[in-house]
Amino acid sequence: MAEYLIKNGFVFDPITGINGDKADIAIKGGKIVSSSELTKATEIDASGMTVMAGGVDVHAHVAGPKVNVGRNFRPEDKLFGATPKSKFERMGAGFSVPTTFRTAYIYAKMGYGFGIEAAMPPLYARHTHEEMRDTPIIDQGALPVFGNNWFVLEYLKNHEIENTAAYIAWLLRMTKGFGIKNVNPGGTEAWAWGMNCVEITDKVPYFDISPAQIVKGLIEANEYLRLPHCMHIHGNKLGEPGNYETTIDTLKLAEGIKANNDFGREQVLHNTHLQFHSYGGENYSSKGFRSASKEVMKYVNSVDNITFDTGIVTLDETTTMTADGPFEHHLSHMNNLKWANTDVELETAAGVVPFIYGKNTFIAVAQWAVGIELALLCNDAMRCHITTDAPNAGPLFRYPRVWSWLLSAKARDDLLADAKYGEKVRNACYIGELDREYTLMDLAKSTRAGPAKALGLSHMFGGLANGLEGDVVVYPFNPETQSLSNDYMDVEKAFSNCKYMVKGGELIVKDGEIISNGNKRTFWVNAKTNENKDVAHDITEKFKRYYTVTENNYEVNEKHFVANPYVIEVDATQ
Amino acid sequence: MATITLTVSKEPKLYLEADNITPDVFAGKSLDELRALHVFMGKDQFTLGDYFTIEGATGDVAADTKIVVNGDTTKVKYFGMKMSAGEVVVNSNVDMYAGAWMTGGKITVNGDADSFTGLAMKGGELNINGNVRDYLGAAYRGDWRGMMGGTIRVSGNAGSDIGQFMRGGTIIVEGNTDVHVGTHGEGGTIIIKGDAKSRVGGQMVKGEIYVFGDIEVMMPGFQYRNDVDLEIDGVSGKFALYEGDMGERHPTRKGVTTYGQLYMKY
Amino acid sequence: MSNIVTDVVCPFCGTLCDDLEVELSEDGTKILNVYNACAIGAAKFLHSQASDRLTRPRMRQEDGSWKEVSYEDAIEYTANLLENARKPLMYGWSSTSCDAQGVGSELGELTGGMMDNTATVCHGSTLIAVQDVGVPGCTLGEVRNRADRIVFWGCNPAHAHPRHMSRYSIYPRGFFTGKGSKSRKMYVVDPRKTDSANMADVHLQIEQGRDYELLDALRVALKGEWLPDAVAGIPKKQIYELAESLKEGRFSVIFFGMGLTHTLGKNHNIDAAISLTRDLNDYTKASIMPMRGHYNVTGSGQVWGWQFGYPFCVDLSRGFARYNPGETSSNDLLSRGEVDAVFVLGSDPGAHFPMSSNKVIAKLPSVAIDPHITPTTAICKLHVPVAFVGVEVGGCAYRMDNVPIETRKVVDPPEGMMTDEEFLAAVVVRVKELQEA
Repeated sequence: MAEYLIKNGFVFDPITGINGDKADIAIKGGKIVSSSELTKATEIDASGMTVMAGGVDVHAHVAGPKVNVGRNFRPEDKLFGATPKSKFERMGAGFSVPTTFRTAYIYAKMGYGFGIEAAMPPLYARHTHEEMRDTPIIDQGALPVFGNNWFVLEYLKNHEIENTAAYIAWLLRMTKGFGIKNVNPGGTEAWAWGMNCVEITDKVPYFDISPAQIVKGLIEANEYLRLPHCMHIHGNKLGEPGNYETTIDTLKLAEGIKANNDFGREQVLHNTHLQFHSYGGENYSSKGFRSASKEVMKYVNSVDNITFDTGIVTLDETTTMTADGPFEHHLSHMNNLKWANTDVELETAAGVVPFIYGKNTFIAVAQWAVGIELALLCNDAMRCHITTDAPNAGPLFRYPRVWSWLLSAKARDDLLADAKYGEKVRNACYIGELDREYTLMDLAKSTRAGPAKALGLSHMFGGLANGLEGDVVVYPFNPETQSLSNDYMDVEKAFSNCKYMVKGGELIVKDGEIISNGNKRTFWVNAKTNENKDVAHDITEKFKRYYTVTENNYEVNEKHFVANPYVIEVDATQ
Repeated sequence: MATITLTVSKEPKLYLEADNITPDVFAGKSLDELRALHVFMGKDQFTLGDYFTIEGATGDVAADTKIVVNGDTTKVKYFGMKMSAGEVVVNSNVDMYAGAWMTGGKITVNGDADSFTGLAMKGGELNINGNVRDYLGAAYRGDWRGMMGGTIRVSGNAGSDIGQFMRGGTIIVEGNTDVHVGTHGEGGTIIIKGDAKSRVGGQMVKGEIYVFGDIEVMMPGFQYRNDVDLEIDGVSGKFALYEGDMGERHPTRKGVTTYGQLYMKY
Repeated sequence: MSNIVTDVVCPFCGTLCDDLEVELSEDGTKILNVYNACAIGAAKFLHSQASDRLTRPRMRQEDGSWKEVSYEDAIEYTANLLENARKPLMYGWSSTSCDAQGVGSELGELTGGMMDNTATVCHGSTLIAVQDVGVPGCTLGEVRNRADRIVFWGCNPAHAHPRHMSRYSIYPRGFFTGKGSKSRKMYVVDPRKTDSANMADVHLQIEQGRDYELLDALRVALKGEWLPDAVAGIPKKQIYELAESLKEGRFSVIFFGMGLTHTLGKNHNIDAAISLTRDLNDYTKASIMPMRGHYNVTGSGQVWGWQFGYPFCVDLSRGFARYNPGETSSNDLLSRGEVDAVFVLGSDPGAHFPMSSNKVIAKLPSVAIDPHITPTTAICKLHVPVAFVGVEVGGCAYRMDNVPIETRKVVDPPEGMMTDEEFLAAVVVRVKELQEA
């Protein structure tokens, strides 16, 4: 394997603590090493540029059946925007829902080395893996959804944590999944009858269990299994004005539960796209809506057991897609656009609807403000991860634009000045009072070190300490001569098009061009539990009577479908 | 207006994609530069000079540029695609996408046009002195935003799927049409002076359709309202007004619901 | 001593049954019997080892006869055919695995192919409708466990998807449907008195070609608006009754087929059915599902979706993907004389395309990759037989509800036979060589 010495760049790394000093980063055998260990290194001149560890994306919808629905049912998302194949790149297309090859190239050019596919319906897991296999370069893992799963609902009704854990371990193995995703707990099973669970005390039809019981049970099962990541939740009442109280009630369910794992993870609940869950007021009008980011962050800042990602709106025409089936139905009534839905037997559902966040509407800019505020109000950048819930709040390739908004108050002011209802947004939200600007160290925490730690992968990603993976990126931005505040458009450009990217010790981007498709790995978690005859019996029964595939055909064959599996072993046998 | 004349010098074996034949692309270019512009056929890239002889002069801007095309262009696609100003006159049949995505200027085809003519048109004038095939002034696949503005006039007959997802502008067909006129319409005006077959105004939300001739089978979602005297595109007469499609959603503002309107001439 | 392979996935239709059991000879080389399959599925397995099975490629000679050639010759011919063509049609892809489809995409990208699958004469209309209005859907298990109102519109599952009603839609005792067929009401909308229609609680014998009007009328009826005395030959009383019944159900599902996709209006018919389903969701739970034909046409749509962004009619000729059925669809390309070579894999246009298209294929340089002798192979210049996916080689396939199931290898293919995937990969290598030269 080649050796690299990335010389002379301005390094920002929370793990080694280098905060903008010039430093050399050495890579050998796929890992970060001290430069003294190098024997014959290729030098990469990073003078005048910013160096960070490869990005870690904690939540994006980039691979799987509902993503593909988004692609196949939106030819217009691709019109006039296709890229031709080249020596190293396959053809690419899609503005808000990129094809898998384009997804990889977007990530590579933004300097990302690892990404989580946010939601994998277990019955369709094979599809998710086929798409991840066709997403080169970037290491990935996928989160199977559990919050509306019949086994989980039945076991947690009687608080059977051991059985729940045994089932989860089995399902992770069957689907080659990475952790526990929980979407609209209980509500999506209710949606199979056209209903929903809106309050966390509502009962799921027939199963007679509440979202609160589901959330608490899944957190406990997660810690019982000692998984690398914590329970990852998209809570009830997404998108509803006034939902912040439901959100805080949901977050409170994590109180008193300690993180139990060998991966350095300290939190027990990760709330995804918190922006959509931090609304006050009663409706979406400028008179009736207000931001509740302060209320939510007051709670999040007061505890230490929660991480979250932002889900910041980018003010684009995009595509919403989520396992929150009832929400998507509701959305399609609001904008009268095409609506795709799939209910999945015994497991979950998904909905897909195009959506335009118009910069000249009040509500879209207010939503934008809420997401930005969450990030600006958070005291611990390690626990606040920057995402756009791609593509729900905005397309994947917009990440650097979002960063530029956090790094520059002027960028935010200019946006509000340009927006038709900017003043009304200032009145309804807190953004006008917040002049904090993220530093590059904050950015490194919230897009690299923080997500890596939350995922239980800080022993591999998110930093530039010796022994970590050789994932290093060089951005053509000079913190000495350029201004994060004033040159925000250059900031966006620089972080969208890295100059060099090394992934796992292999040079992927050179002089801004992709020169290799790398060797992507698929991460999944194999949790060993004690034999559980009851759960095994339940599984066999349900396959015999209610599933439409056989038990033997359910498992995703690792050899055939999982590209370069990287298995994380966990022992939960006590 | 400066005029550039293209004359077909070679028949294409397959079909030519001539997305560069528009006043916007031509404006300000020399004859040699025009001859070097690309045309596409399958996997191959040729130049305009390979298939046309080019004479005349361009204007400095699109608005001052007129393109005249002579010879048989039955197998040439994309005339005037995305043009914003100026004029294109084709003295022959044209293949697909004539005037697609145009925002201004004027196109005249003295011959028949194939499908996807005037696709997603935003403005300008498109005249087909002949027949037209399917998807006239329709939206691109999957897009709920169809034709937004401009005027299309067809002297002959039209095929199916006219004005799908139309939002604005005017389509006039002097002859007959096939099935599906104004499907999913949310605005705009369609005038059929001949006969229509069926599925006129299907799933229509808003907009106006005028049919002078017969409709073989009416959509069940249309309800007769009253008769009205009108002058439409220079023709006066008594029209029966129907509103619908009652199976579809309709916007209500300040207590008033707006339906699609289908006028049938007596 | 019986040697039975269980959990076998049937590689025939979109029902994609995965509970077949195949009995093999003791040495595992011969298929003796097939259990649980319908007659069509059983025939596919039992016929695969017929003694007259073609095992080597054959090239048509000047005098019309066939001459056996080697796989190397076949690879050479195919690579040159695609490279030399200025706009090749690469059609089929529906009776093969996703793995093979993926290599096919690579080949199409390299050679600027017009990629199309059997949806183009089947549920392509559905794909277009979904692009216009979306689709409220579900997996077949949801139907099995919850649905109590089943509508078969323009399809005849008794013949075309024989185990559909017993595995999913009418007979199963599911979690919330413990009374089996007695839990459900069955409706058939079809101009013909088919075997499926004869099983139905209600058969609406619709006037041919008026499905769009009837679907619109149902939407009108849902809203309680006025209707004419009859629509599409159905009296308005029956229309209001059907609307009411679907509304009163706990979970209504509409299954549909060629009666909607290929009658007057095509995609508009499905559009109207989807819009009706969408309206029903304002009152109760409702889903709609296309009865996909080939066992992996859905997979072809999925693979192209994630690789190119479109499920069929994919135009790669200009080096990047474009899409517009009507222009980039196989039959339009053929009838307009817009392609100059034809490559067919895993489908039978000779049987399914209009004769005018097949006449064009017969005149062009052409290759058909198919284990069987078919009307397509009869008009192509080169016929390359390959192993049967799902019988002799495994690979992923997608069911009509998009659920991916991995088909199994049950027996070895005949000695020396290539699989689709192997053949395509070899052609890719040869094409790259030709391009470098």
